[in-house]
Amino acid sequence: MRGRQVPLIFGLGFLLLVAGLWRVDASPLRVWEGLGKLGWLVVLMWPPSPGGALRDLLQAMAETVAMAFLGTLLAALVALPLSFLGAGNVVANAWARFTVRRGYDGLRAVDSLVWALIFVSAVGMGPFAGILALCLPDIGTFAKTFSESLEAVERRQVDGVRGAGASRLLTIRYGLLPQAAPVMLSQVLYMFESNTRSATILGVVGAGGIGLALTDRMRINNWDEAAFILLMILAVVATIDWGSRRIRLRLIRA
Amino acid sequence: MRSAAALAAEGAWRQAARRRRLSLSVWLALFVLAVALAARIGEVDLARLARGLPMAADYIWRTVPELRLASLGSDLAEWMWGLDLWLVLLLDTLLIAYVGTVLGAAAALLFSFPAAATLAPRWAVGPCRRVLEFARTVPTLVFALIFVYAFGLGPFAGVIALATHTWGALGKQFAEVHENADLRPVEAVRAAGATWPQAMRYGVLPQSLPDLLTFGLLRFEINVREASVLGIVGAGGIGEELYLSVRQFSYPDISAILLLILLTVTLIDLLCGRLRQRVIGTLGQRAA
Repeated sequence: MRGRQVPLIFGLGFLLLVAGLWRVDASPLRVWEGLGKLGWLVVLMWPPSPGGALRDLLQAMAETVAMAFLGTLLAALVALPLSFLGAGNVVANAWARFTVRRGYDGLRAVDSLVWALIFVSAVGMGPFAGILALCLPDIGTFAKTFSESLEAVERRQVDGVRGAGASRLLTIRYGLLPQAAPVMLSQVLYMFESNTRSATILGVVGAGGIGLALTDRMRINNWDEAAFILLMILAVVATIDWGSRRIRLRLIRA
Repeated sequence: MRSAAALAAEGAWRQAARRRRLSLSVWLALFVLAVALAARIGEVDLARLARGLPMAADYIWRTVPELRLASLGSDLAEWMWGLDLWLVLLLDTLLIAYVGTVLGAAAALLFSFPAAATLAPRWAVGPCRRVLEFARTVPTLVFALIFVYAFGLGPFAGVIALATHTWGALGKQFAEVHENADLRPVEAVRAAGATWPQAMRYGVLPQSLPDLLTFGLLRFEINVREASVLGIVGAGGIGEELYLSVRQFSYPDISAILLLILLTVTLIDLLCGRLRQRVIGTLGQRAA
């Protein structure tokens, strides 16, 4: 009975794919011409060159990383108190918890680039708009993952601290936080990696960082410089991934 | 009266505590230094933050539509004046995400077998993984910027960009799923005289399929979010309309479109969540 449904689902999925390809005007000819142009772009990209603006590019790259770092930090600081509101072993009221969690989901549903677009027109161009844009959706993510790690702690330690006569606040500080902190910290590091990737493109809408330089070079057809910036992005993202993975491994082992 | 052993233990504990405090303060100092440096480069100062936050709040306040209880119907209609166009664009966005995910997943499936360390020879694993890594590290939007040049403005460039990034992201996850597969069925199929592709098809794929579908569905959810911003660089979908309304300062339109995106994303998340549970349920049973 179920076995017969599977080909049906795959058939429908395939039909939807064909309809979608038709809707976006995909044709073999278009693919062929596009690939030709793409090959030409790659030729133009070689050899990558900084175009005499290496200092500016390095500064823009540093700005990108700084934006990611501060955005993540700000989000973690704001999300920490919020996460207690969403944790089942801190706030017992299920209805309140549900509302709080849906609110976090709402923040996460909108991409940071959309927030960047909005913040650029609200507070002006520059890295500051980027920091706010990175921070906002992350608050939602952190509040959710933090409350999950708070709920995953060992119950007995918390009871032990409370049994020794600690107040509610002290119970959270000595019973809950020491268990959850390493997990939370590694989540923050992971988000920093992801934000570095996101921060590289926020410049497209004017929110600071290397993205602005990249789109500029593409707009005036300086593809060799665009390729250099792309390689810089790849190198920085790889370095940060590597460093953060090392620290995360140490945190988990400790 | 404390014994020597207890004293020694206490001394060791004190020393360990001192060492812990020392390493903690070194990390803390490094951290503070990083914050200061980042704040300098990121041009953050508290005065600007204090000035900026009310501006941001004011901006958000302006996007709140005027809804009065007495004329709720007509107010809502005025707020959602472009609903027909927006819904079509949202459907386009979903379609872009769907086609991008399916194409990317198909390419990822092809590459995942040679990228699985337990299944493929060494000379195939390395290059395949590097290619996937590249496709995964370049952000979707950068691909979109390049493809808009190559394939022209419009949703087709967006589809290709999403597919390329999906290819890299799913290729890695698929390969890891294959690596967890039990090797005995593969050997059995090989012993029956199957070629390598046949062994993959009949030995590995049946084991991996539920996980592949789960990862594919998760990626679709992510791609719906990403597709909603592709329009900003001219690669189709609802993003174009959002970009226009932000640039033209049509405040109520911004909140209307954002709300629609939010509803769509939430709906897709819920739907995919249900589907994922069904997939794990039925296919898991069949494999057992």
